[in-house]
Amino acid sequence: MIDLLLVSILASVLALVALALIALLAGPPAGGFVYGASAAASAAVAALATLYLAAGAGTPLALVLPLGLPWLGAHLALDALSAWFLVVVGTVGAAAAVYGVGYGRHTDEPARVLPFFPIFLAAMALVVVAADAFTFLLSWETMSVASWMLVLANHREPGTTRAALVYIVMASLGTAALLLCFGVLAGFDGSYAFADMRADRPEGWLAGLAIALALAGAGSKAGLVPLHAWLPLAHPAAPSHVSALMSGVMTKVAIYGLVRVLFDLVGEVGWGWGAAVMLLGGISALLGVLYALMQHDLKVLLAYHTVENIGIIVAGLGLALSFKAAGLLPLAALALTAALFHVLNHGLFKGLLFLGAGNVHVATHEREMDDLGGLVHRMPATAALFLVGSIAISALPPFNGFASEWLTFQAILNGDRLPMWPLKFLVPVVGGLLALSAALAAACFVKAFGVTFLGRGRSGAAMRAGEVGPAMVWPLAALAGLCLAFGVVPTAAVALLSPVAAALAGAPFPTATDGISAAEWLFLIPLDPGRSSYSGLVVLALVAGVSYAGVLAIHRLASNRLRRAPAWDCGFPDASPRTQYTSSSFAQPIRRIFGSFVFRAREHVEMPEPGDFRPARFEVEIKDLAWAWLYAPVERLIAFASLHLNQLQHMTIRRYLSWMFGALIVLLSVVALVG
Amino acid sequence: MLSFLLQLVQLLLVLLLAPLLTGFVRTLKARLVGRRGPSPAQPYRDLWRLLRKEAVVAENASWVFRSAPSLVFALSWLAAALVPTFALDLPLLRAADLIALVAILGSARFLQALAGMDVGTSFGGIGSSREMMIASLAEPAILLVIFTISLFIHSTMLPHIAGFVLAGEVGIRVSLGLALIALIMVAIAETGRIPVDNPATHLELTMVHEAMVLEYSGRHLALIEAGQMVRLLFFVSLIAAIFAPWGIAEASTAEGVGLVGIGLALYLGKVFAGGLLLALFETGIAKMRVFRVSEFLAGALLLSLLATIFLYVSQSL
Repeated sequence: MIDLLLVSILASVLALVALALIALLAGPPAGGFVYGASAAASAAVAALATLYLAAGAGTPLALVLPLGLPWLGAHLALDALSAWFLVVVGTVGAAAAVYGVGYGRHTDEPARVLPFFPIFLAAMALVVVAADAFTFLLSWETMSVASWMLVLANHREPGTTRAALVYIVMASLGTAALLLCFGVLAGFDGSYAFADMRADRPEGWLAGLAIALALAGAGSKAGLVPLHAWLPLAHPAAPSHVSALMSGVMTKVAIYGLVRVLFDLVGEVGWGWGAAVMLLGGISALLGVLYALMQHDLKVLLAYHTVENIGIIVAGLGLALSFKAAGLLPLAALALTAALFHVLNHGLFKGLLFLGAGNVHVATHEREMDDLGGLVHRMPATAALFLVGSIAISALPPFNGFASEWLTFQAILNGDRLPMWPLKFLVPVVGGLLALSAALAAACFVKAFGVTFLGRGRSGAAMRAGEVGPAMVWPLAALAGLCLAFGVVPTAAVALLSPVAAALAGAPFPTATDGISAAEWLFLIPLDPGRSSYSGLVVLALVAGVSYAGVLAIHRLASNRLRRAPAWDCGFPDASPRTQYTSSSFAQPIRRIFGSFVFRAREHVEMPEPGDFRPARFEVEIKDLAWAWLYAPVERLIAFASLHLNQLQHMTIRRYLSWMFGALIVLLSVVALVG
Repeated sequence: MLSFLLQLVQLLLVLLLAPLLTGFVRTLKARLVGRRGPSPAQPYRDLWRLLRKEAVVAENASWVFRSAPSLVFALSWLAAALVPTFALDLPLLRAADLIALVAILGSARFLQALAGMDVGTSFGGIGSSREMMIASLAEPAILLVIFTISLFIHSTMLPHIAGFVLAGEVGIRVSLGLALIALIMVAIAETGRIPVDNPATHLELTMVHEAMVLEYSGRHLALIEAGQMVRLLFFVSLIAAIFAPWGIAEASTAEGVGLVGIGLALYLGKVFAGGLLLALFETGIAKMRVFRVSEFLAGALLLSLLATIFLYVSQSL
């Protein structure tokens, strides 16, 4: 029966591939069908994977298909880790696909989106169930190329082609790093099946090399600082339902690759790597949110937030690695559970937010926050749902983002039990970085929601906007519902994750009860009830009850009269909506605090003399340091290499033959030396 | 059963005590600068007057503006009710540990800042922007304070922390002293007191919190002011529960009722002592420029980090 599960999942994936062919043949008129059927297939994948996890995820299911490399075949396997990521891919994928039914009509060139959308979904699901390096990399590349095609869908918009170019270059470099990583893991005579890699694990510097390569390859796809700079270009350039998938799901598939290598294939990871991964995560979280705060394009802001959330996840993973290296397996399970729970949560609320940004774009044709405003009156449903996503991503109760960050902090608070001194000092620092980024995220989403949806409209487009159709509201509602559900009953996710933690951290999630029977699902209690506990449901019920009762009592006993009047604004209301705080003015205090050393922010003020009627000008220049320090040198290197390699294309036959002869000699001597 | 009763008493106590604390501080500050000042009961009258007035709402205010006051108030009240004040065995205390309490206040601030931007005036924006700037530095500082405390006590549950300190297992530590100073600095920033913000200011450009709630009137304003008063009481109770828990009754059995009475009396004493110190401090210091606040809070952040590091060093010696 259980083998049937894997086969059904593969059948759903196959259905997605078939849908891509249908989309290619039938073209845009089949849009509704293709999106609808993709949603059904994704939902089926999510449901089957949830079933597998809920049943306790017994022995991993494996299947070898006679495809791919003749001596290898295509190994596919479903274990607890794969199942968890399938849940993420399927759930967010289904929501994005349903959204596509409505949004597809608003895309300029649907034929450029339609065939690649199901392929993209299928490839992400396949990466997660692949059990050999060849299948993994093939699916990974398919995922990259499909998403690259989707980024190019809006190729007429300025900047898109450049974003796509940067993206494909970074994706290729990432895949190259992963290819080398799997090469190291397989060894000289090893096989590329994951099962064989587990049997023969690398040791010493080879293990370190594999880890570093995995961090570079999967980290660049996930958007880890300093490899993140492509992400805020490429993710926003795609159509919104694809942006939701790229930010909400594809970065998670990259995290899957990282977890697979670090926790499963390499096995023994030294604590030094744990510390490095943790620090990398903390820095990514802080820089991601700081850059996000400086943005004024709604989708770019959301994309930078992906960098932040990936940082939180990776910091949790690094903590889990450190605990595991120190032999503190229950704590490793706690940190790993927190990180993987955040994987789902980020998928849910980032999907929700990108789809919400899509609604705003459809209604106003505008992504520039400083030209929006007041949409809460004209798009009430979208505004309410976007608000749910904003609270969730700001790690505030009672939504899901808080539940997973709370678990991460609980793991951090146990950092003093690590025996290594450098780690003892590092853990509070990373805790401070995460706390700072969580608080800044709240500031950032007050800005994003406040400037976009609240206040008065800053342009005609914002004043004329109307609510979008139900097909573009219901998927958001579903995601928002899940954000709330996992926020008030986080124990459900923790229970689903327990087989994953048991398999990868070596111990189950260290849950405890306090002897009260109802408390098991109501209270999230890691380690010990005297240590920490949290119940989102109780908090939600109390807040809702108290505020409702309070309002009723005030209306009954005191006053319920309400009068509408012009805004007060200290007696000097200004009619122009341009006097409102914009996104850049909102972020100005924080820019002043962090600006000089993090962004190299430069402010140019041009103030005409009194009596001069020229408008005053104010410009802010923000630089992402990764461009200057990493991307620009790589860009120059590639330009240099391609210029000089160009000569290879017009040589005489004699020179070609001598080059081949030389290459043969070199390869033979390598074989002779190593063999 | 008794514990539920005590929880109910606690809920009502913080609600009834909060305006008195604010009024007490105001009266005391007036006396300190040589004015007679209003009676300490004045905030009750103010709140009741505001509650009965009609609410004037700006024309383009949305449901965010109208629903924020009650939610902000409920969140602040809940946070204050979840800090043990005079008894430890309260059933709701398990719903939120220290981190969750800080986050509950964070939710309140989030909604408040959004409401500030809802009407679309420049003062609302300036208030929201500055409030979030202050919060984004205060929150990590408070989390690092929690980190230091949790290193000693291995818990983030307030009843557990208070019980541990009561048992006398901590003693006087440099780290705890640093953590206390950091927590006080954060509390000043979070409750919008001098030198970070001035709750009595009438000059718009120096306002932070007041600018944010400028558009509110009537019952909405009453709820927001009450929320702010409860928030002040929350921080006083929090500092008392962690650093001076003496007198908090541990027993919820029948013979514990007498202890509860003592706990209640001592708690009132602690609250007014806190109010006195706050009034003295506020009278003796001037408000700082808004961009100096970041240095002030960065100081709190570094103090709490230093507390953690001192602790490790002292443990290793």
